[in-house]
Amino acid sequence: MTTAPLPSRRDEAWRYSDIEAVAAAWPLPAPESIIVPAGGSFARAIVQDVGGIRQIELVLGKGAVASLHVLNIGGAYGRIELAVTLHEGADFTLGAAQIGGGEQNLEIVTTVTHAEPGATSRQVVRSVLGGTATGTYLGKVAVARDAQQTDSAQDVKAMLLNRSATANAKPELEIFADDVKCAHGCAIGELDAMALYYLQSRGLPPGEAKKLMLQAFVAGVFDGAEDEARLQELALAKLGELV
Amino acid sequence: MLKIENLHATVADKPILKGLSLSINAGEIHAIMGPNGAGKSTLSYVLGGRPGYEVTEGSVMFTPSPRHAGLDPVSTAAAPEWTPDQVRGDEGGMRNDEGGEVDLLALDPHERAAAGLFLGFQYPVEIPGVSNVQFLREALNAQRKARGQEPLSGGEFLKVAREKAALLKMDMDMLKRPVNVGFSGGEKKRNEMVQMGILDPKLAILDETDSGLDIDALRTVGDGINSIMRQPDKAVLLITHYQRLLDYVQPDFVHVLAAGRIVKSGGPELARELEAHGYAEIAA
Repeated sequence: MTTAPLPSRRDEAWRYSDIEAVAAAWPLPAPESIIVPAGGSFARAIVQDVGGIRQIELVLGKGAVASLHVLNIGGAYGRIELAVTLHEGADFTLGAAQIGGGEQNLEIVTTVTHAEPGATSRQVVRSVLGGTATGTYLGKVAVARDAQQTDSAQDVKAMLLNRSATANAKPELEIFADDVKCAHGCAIGELDAMALYYLQSRGLPPGEAKKLMLQAFVAGVFDGAEDEARLQELALAKLGELV
Repeated sequence: MLKIENLHATVADKPILKGLSLSINAGEIHAIMGPNGAGKSTLSYVLGGRPGYEVTEGSVMFTPSPRHAGLDPVSTAAAPEWTPDQVRGDEGGMRNDEGGEVDLLALDPHERAAAGLFLGFQYPVEIPGVSNVQFLREALNAQRKARGQEPLSGGEFLKVAREKAALLKMDMDMLKRPVNVGFSGGEKKRNEMVQMGILDPKLAILDETDSGLDIDALRTVGDGINSIMRQPDKAVLLITHYQRLLDYVQPDFVHVLAAGRIVKSGGPELARELEAHGYAEIAA
């Protein structure tokens, strides 16, 4: 069990959270711990479809490779927290999508620590939000002082289906080494009206046209996932509920 | 097939079309020419139902008769029955009766497509991540569903798609790529014509399909238009600046659009006159 005090909105990592839901779940059980030994590999698909808070600590040993694919779609409040530590030459990939409608509050919070030199991390996160839903991605990349030749990238995009939905995105870099490559990109937008019209002019009803574009927006996130077909199917079904 | 009467339309509250009237019968090819800013593209978007193009007066009746059979590689004779919810006679919705007339302006863009209208875009839109074939198959099957026809299977669809791509000399690989992404101007226009071939409309409105085409592509596209659309039960409205497309696709009628109205109509010779003397003289 964690002995940490209940977080509040003043805590940066919980700033957009549904604090009532957090309080109801508090104290949280100890995070799930996954250790990938030196040279090992690990892959997992995580589907969050009932709500709740899920914390995972992932440690990659020297030269280890891990890929996580996350689909965050369920419950009134669904939070997935990843704390990843990379040792020398390790390689971490995250492909995540969160899709929410109604009054859902969905969060993905990652901290990727490049503790030693030469590790790579790639994070791609896509959010699709309708209704008055809130989707948050907080992604911190920390590069330790001697973690030279770190190569890290974050690619974060959110699509709002109505003006009443909210997307928060905060890629964050904390770099203490001087020979590193850390890229991050972040964009929040709406479906392109002209593209939607183009698709409709060919005979697609508005809902189908939107679904097709959203499918394309999310596509790619699950490439190479453990359970790619199932993830795509679940994502598509959830998108169908929103349009 | 198409009867436009006294059409007035605004874009962002600015009047663009100011009393345009035009009738197109099945089997005819009409060309609309006119100077920049005359309202040519506005006309095509109004007919295609683009949001933001407000009709303030007038009517557009569309008669896609005889009934639009659509593509049916299995049995071309199958005459589809429309399901009750497609027959919305009272509010001027879609009807597919023999000779049934449709209030085009009452239909949403996708319903216009299902009724048999195709709009060839002047600037075809790039849609990253959405493959041409996937989208076209879904679009065609959505149209077929609206007409009460069975969907085409993947195999049947690909057969049609291959055939039309070959007709327009387009590489099938391009058809599998995301819609128009990375296509040159000419490839985009060719792709429009492949789409037209696959969707098999009754009435095609082609907005400056010739712009951005080199001479060879112009001939290919012209041949494509003739092959797909020059049929007794179909019609074409070509919107163009230049005579050159009309060398390949011979219009039956040529109209001059200026300041939101048709100011002059004639036969193919009118296009040559315009080319020789310019709009200013003719439209004056």
